[in-house]
Amino acid sequence: MVKHLKTEEFKKEVLESDVPVLVDFWAKWCSPCLRVAPILEELSKEVEGKAKICKLEVDEEYEIADEYEIMSIPTIAVFVNGEIKEQVLGVQSKQALLRLLGI
Amino acid sequence: MKDVVIIGVGPAGISAAIYLKRAGVNPVVIGKDYGALSDYPEKIENYYGFGNPILGEDLIQEGINQAKRLDIEIIQDSVISLDQKNDAFTIKTFSHKLTTKAVILATGKKRMTMSIPGFNKFKGKGISLCATCDGYFFRRKKIAIIGCGPYMAHELEFLSQINQNITVFTNGETLLEDVSFPVVNTKISKFIGEDKLTSIETIDGNIYEIQGAFVAIGAPSSIDFATKLGVIVEKNSLVVDQNYQTNIEGLFAIGDVIGGKLQIAKAVYDGMMVTDHVKKYIKSL
Repeated sequence: MVKHLKTEEFKKEVLESDVPVLVDFWAKWCSPCLRVAPILEELSKEVEGKAKICKLEVDEEYEIADEYEIMSIPTIAVFVNGEIKEQVLGVQSKQALLRLLGI
Repeated sequence: MKDVVIIGVGPAGISAAIYLKRAGVNPVVIGKDYGALSDYPEKIENYYGFGNPILGEDLIQEGINQAKRLDIEIIQDSVISLDQKNDAFTIKTFSHKLTTKAVILATGKKRMTMSIPGFNKFKGKGISLCATCDGYFFRRKKIAIIGCGPYMAHELEFLSQINQNITVFTNGETLLEDVSFPVVNTKISKFIGEDKLTSIETIDGNIYEIQGAFVAIGAPSSIDFATKLGVIVEKNSLVVDQNYQTNIEGLFAIGDVIGGKLQIAKAVYDGMMVTDHVKKYIKSL
């Protein structure tokens, strides 16, 4: 399942996670962002237990988006041990996201 | 509403149009730029059927003539936007607006980019190629739009709805549109900043404080359209399935823009092969 992150749970869910966390920074008005959603759904089934797949809406959770200086969406970041290990712009294939997660 | 619009008048686009026409579908072809073949300095010697080598530009013109002779509608105009709403695509050119059920992207691979210091460094960190995706992040910042023609005007129209603090940089080109914002006509020499863009320097030494720069030079490429619609792009090529369809239903791509051999023969092959899949898609609606 793809988890929709709230600002207050970002630390626990992402920064303190034992497994890699993929965070998709997105917004409702961003049409390419809407194309990421079905790819993430598929990805989340495939990596269950090995990684977490999350989405963060930049309009609502703008404090997190600002903290990571997100200036272009979709931005997809992989967090490992509380830090961004990989970050890419634009819609990616499932295979590319698996590579990004190192799976 | 049209059944299918092909964007691009090169070997891939025209071949697709010819095969579609012969399969009983009425395509419309739109394009102005002759793409990579018009810049090719040598005559073409490796394409079948020409006893004497032919100039790329002449070959394309002959292709257009061939399509016209078959009563294929060709609009020789630059496409400035491609949008999708409720399963239909809307295409705007300088002087036309069309809606269609399916689109074939065949514009080749040429992309206007900038070989100015700092351009690649700040891409995604202040420099944007998509106003509708990124404009929001700069709604209270000083922004620049770089370009001089209809594409620039189209992007400017969107940006001006969210921010009035805009400067137009023509990068040394002549401004072709009326704009109600300050204009800098001097060439850009540098994009400046540490982690993100903070200013733009022009060759006369002036420095302009700019946090967001939106690039809309010339006409948008297939990659630009794809990025804005959310097509998967890998290694600067559009990703398509075995039916030449992108991850967006009804949006197909052929020729150089999907990678592989950048050859006329391959572009023509793609144009032929896409036909059945497009026809099947239109019928399924």
